Amino acid sequence: MSKKALLAWEDLALGAAVCEPGSAAKLKTGDWRSLAPKLDVEKCIKCSLCMIYCPEFCIAEDQEGFFRSDLDYCKGCGICANECPKEAITMGVEEK
Amino acid sequence: MGKRIGIEVSLAVADAVKMAKAEVISAYPITPQTHIVEELSTFVADGSLDAAFIPVESEHTAMSAAIGAAATGARTYTATSSQGLALMHEILFIAAGLRMPMVMTVANRALSAPINIWNDHSDIMSERDINWVQIFVENGQEAFDLTICAFKITEDKRVLLPIAVNLDGFILTHVIEPIEFPEQAAVDAFLPPFAPQMTLDPAKPVTMGPVGMPEVYTEAKVQCEQALLNSKLVVKEVLDDWAKQFGRAYDLVEKNGKADAEVMFVTMGSMGETTMTAVERLNAAGKDVGQIRLRLWRPFPEQEFLAACKGVKKLIVIDRAMCPGGVRGPVASELASLFYGKPDAPEIVDIVAGLGGRDVAVSDFEEMYAKAVSGGLAGNYTIWGVKSHAA
Repeated sequence: MSKKALLAWEDLALGAAVCEPGSAAKLKTGDWRSLAPKLDVEKCIKCSLCMIYCPEFCIAEDQEGFFRSDLDYCKGCGICANECPKEAITMGVEEK
Repeated sequence: MGKRIGIEVSLAVADAVKMAKAEVISAYPITPQTHIVEELSTFVADGSLDAAFIPVESEHTAMSAAIGAAATGARTYTATSSQGLALMHEILFIAAGLRMPMVMTVANRALSAPINIWNDHSDIMSERDINWVQIFVENGQEAFDLTICAFKITEDKRVLLPIAVNLDGFILTHVIEPIEFPEQAAVDAFLPPFAPQMTLDPAKPVTMGPVGMPEVYTEAKVQCEQALLNSKLVVKEVLDDWAKQFGRAYDLVEKNGKADAEVMFVTMGSMGETTMTAVERLNAAGKDVGQIRLRLWRPFPEQEFLAACKGVKKLIVIDRAMCPGGVRGPVASELASLFYGKPDAPEIVDIVAGLGGRDVAVSDFEEMYAKAVSGGLAGNYTIWGVKSHAA
């Protein structure tokens, strides 16, 4: 089987349908990000604007009340950094 | 035994769809297909056919709605022609890619411009690669019979691909023929209710038509083509089953005239009947010629066609569509590719004839034969009967 393929053709559902509801969550859409947001908790005022503006809905409030990106789904668009009124979010290259 | 009545072929096709108990019909009228769907809309309106008739605003929507209907598990039918088929183009691939069973009659007609409502095969030949089963009928009885067979083929779980039944516009659609109608009970026994494999059902959610990333697209296309290749056996089984139950036999590839002739005409669709008459006359005059009729076009019946060509030295291929700027017409290109590199490959003489309803008479075939055997049709193809100042 081709190493580039996920499944053999015989194993695909009819018409390549997806038969498992909610399986889209398994698709980590953040893997092609080039820049990632970094939050400076000293500057952050927990206003939640980043969460509101995030087009991926991947920013959520943590236990301390800070809003953090789920990097499995963050595409690195930088809207959160752009909208932050306190410049608490910066976009930068991730450390691997 | 059913009854035999004189009826316009379009109306007989509508009767076939009714007898097949189609549940959803979504269609847009276009000449020369109109009488079929008009008649079906009457059946639905008067209650004699228990189906939903969706009068859409375009063929693009006709095909889209047909896909939606098939996705719910309904027995689905539509019909179109020429520009209408062209307008469906992008959705035709989706119907196959989503593995949606449905039957579509294509009343074959030329494509504009110039605008022309008459018969040729340029509409369907532009849709060769849509991954549909594609068959060509030769007369009205065959149109009736194969419309019912088509439902059984498309719904077979080894196929689950749409099927196009090609029926020459006007030459067949608008002619009145004596057609034998089977009993409804016999049709019901032949064609049981559709048992879909996968449907849109809230109790068992599925996503039909998700994005196919590069990691899955190739395999999805292979699955689809495999179903098409598998359909050849199913078409054969269904036709054999029809022959057993209704006494009219059809094969994927058929021969007429002198069986061991070294020269064979190759025809598709209604023109084959004119060719048959020409071949009978030529045989009566001692000429070594026969005819191969190609009923199944997709999947191409390779082995059956090669078997029919055993001992044949020359094929006179009638293409009813142009392939402008290409090497040969669509049918001759297919055959040249089939025979390439084979030791006993016959010579292929390609004739493009009958465009936009231009009549091709028995005498034309006699002349084609004479010219083909005398080597008078050199070149990759000849467009038959072109009026020109250059002789």
